[in-house]
Amino acid sequence: MAIIQVEHLSFAYTTDLEPVKVLDDINLEIDKGEAFALMGPTGAGKSTLCLALNGIIPHLVNGTMDGRVLVDGIDTRDTYPAALSQTVGIIHQDPDSQLFCPSVEEEVAFGLENAGLARQEITERIDWALRVVRMDAYRKSSPARLSGGQKQRVAIACSLALLPKVLVLDEPTSSLDPAGQAEVYEAVERLRRERQVTLVLVGTDAEHSAAYTAHMAFLIAGKIIALGEPQKLLADKQLVTLAGVYPPQMMELAWELNSRCQTSYNWLHMGQAESDLRARLQDPRSHG
Amino acid sequence: MAEPIIRINRLSHAYEEGTPAIHDITLDIPDNAFLAIIGHNGAGKTTLVKHFNGLLKPSRGQVLVTGIDVASTSTAALAHLVGFVFQNPDHQIFSGTVQEEVAFGLKNLGIASHEVERRVGQILDELEIGAFRDTPPAMLGYGLRRKITLAAVLAMDPRILVLDEPTVGLDAHSTNEFFNHINRMHQQGHSIILVTHDMRLAARYSSSCLVMRQGCTIGYDTTRNIFSNSNLLACAGLAQPAVTRLGSALQDAGMPANLLSVEEFADAYLGLSEHTL
Repeated sequence: MAIIQVEHLSFAYTTDLEPVKVLDDINLEIDKGEAFALMGPTGAGKSTLCLALNGIIPHLVNGTMDGRVLVDGIDTRDTYPAALSQTVGIIHQDPDSQLFCPSVEEEVAFGLENAGLARQEITERIDWALRVVRMDAYRKSSPARLSGGQKQRVAIACSLALLPKVLVLDEPTSSLDPAGQAEVYEAVERLRRERQVTLVLVGTDAEHSAAYTAHMAFLIAGKIIALGEPQKLLADKQLVTLAGVYPPQMMELAWELNSRCQTSYNWLHMGQAESDLRARLQDPRSHG
Repeated sequence: MAEPIIRINRLSHAYEEGTPAIHDITLDIPDNAFLAIIGHNGAGKTTLVKHFNGLLKPSRGQVLVTGIDVASTSTAALAHLVGFVFQNPDHQIFSGTVQEEVAFGLKNLGIASHEVERRVGQILDELEIGAFRDTPPAMLGYGLRRKITLAAVLAMDPRILVLDEPTVGLDAHSTNEFFNHINRMHQQGHSIILVTHDMRLAARYSSSCLVMRQGCTIGYDTTRNIFSNSNLLACAGLAQPAVTRLGSALQDAGMPANLLSVEEFADAYLGLSEHTL
């Protein structure tokens, strides 16, 4: 069942000059409990689409919206973002834009207190969310003193603690080191598996998102130009290049070998590449 | 032996709380280096490089940039020598239009206005942001704001360029474009210091690597030697790029374990399998 339905969505920002059209007739359905990747180049409209998923658009941004967005059956035009925030959590690419409390634990508590939860429940959720992002040792620290990656993990904990049905991650790990990235992806994937949280992973880097998502869309200049399984979409070098997406390195290797020796390799993971190439090295007659 | 462009001697730095963010670092960076500084979040990479243009002064030890002691030199005086691109573009954007932003540093260097205009136009075109020259930077998306900060620093043509996670928020196309430009600057003799946790970038572009962990340096060698040492990287909370790992996994079938890029992997593999269908 679809938890997110985007129907003929267009949006243009109002500016002093002409309106700037950023989204153009977007249609999407995302099922409950699925992980979905939205990929595309800088300026494609990805972040604008994210804002339309929790009602910030059309309620808090100047512009004209056509079409509609339904989240868990709720039409975002009829519901204010404050009410939608417990259904859809958004984690932005720049954590500085969302951290303002004097300590990490107060930061995580902020949304929970606004949601009117009991003190005991708040404490338990703070403990849990900070453990998930491995920031429990910093609960008394000031967010301003943390490194970029640590701040991002706190921002993620703030959203996680609200236990939203849909978690939108807008380039959430680009400032994290490899260990931190893996931790975040594992944490959100665990939420999806265990609590049926729907994940929307937004970004330009398919190295991780391809491994975790069942469906992927490419957004270019405000339009969805491709929608399908990551393994199929990412095999298309021309499409991936056009979309400014960083392919998984194993797919890049498949492209390179395919172009140089007319094979048809298609790899997302190292395991796939290893078994094909090992077979080939041991038996030169086998082909990809 | 030529003079190093940056000499770091027993450098330590502690922020106000007293815990050292970096501890007792000694190293020379040769002229025309393409050095990647890699390490986990909070390892001290940014703290270290902020000493190169005097944004931070050593708590202990000494940093010499082209022989100049940064402790006794102002950041303004070092600006023509060391260009610095920060992680967060909003920390360095303040002008009303893209054009003014990129021109700001050049004007401060006292460069004639026609030359300022020429350089600004050239760099905006190279980074494909010429269309936004009259737009307020605040109106633009994160990726575009990043490009503007890069343009502003690149326009000053500094001898040493410090890039602190320069491509976070940029798409693949913009990253390639950006590094094409950086490679050209490197070939022209500039020294490049790239702070990153993107192992694909470090492996592909740098020629030497400094590995940091908890404020200390734990490795300084050629990029190839660093990346073939999986234990060292793991110790720093990092991992080899997938092609390097794949080479290692296929070592028993004859593949090398120190490959750095897709192209290198393909060359080695095709050489081995005589796979020339």
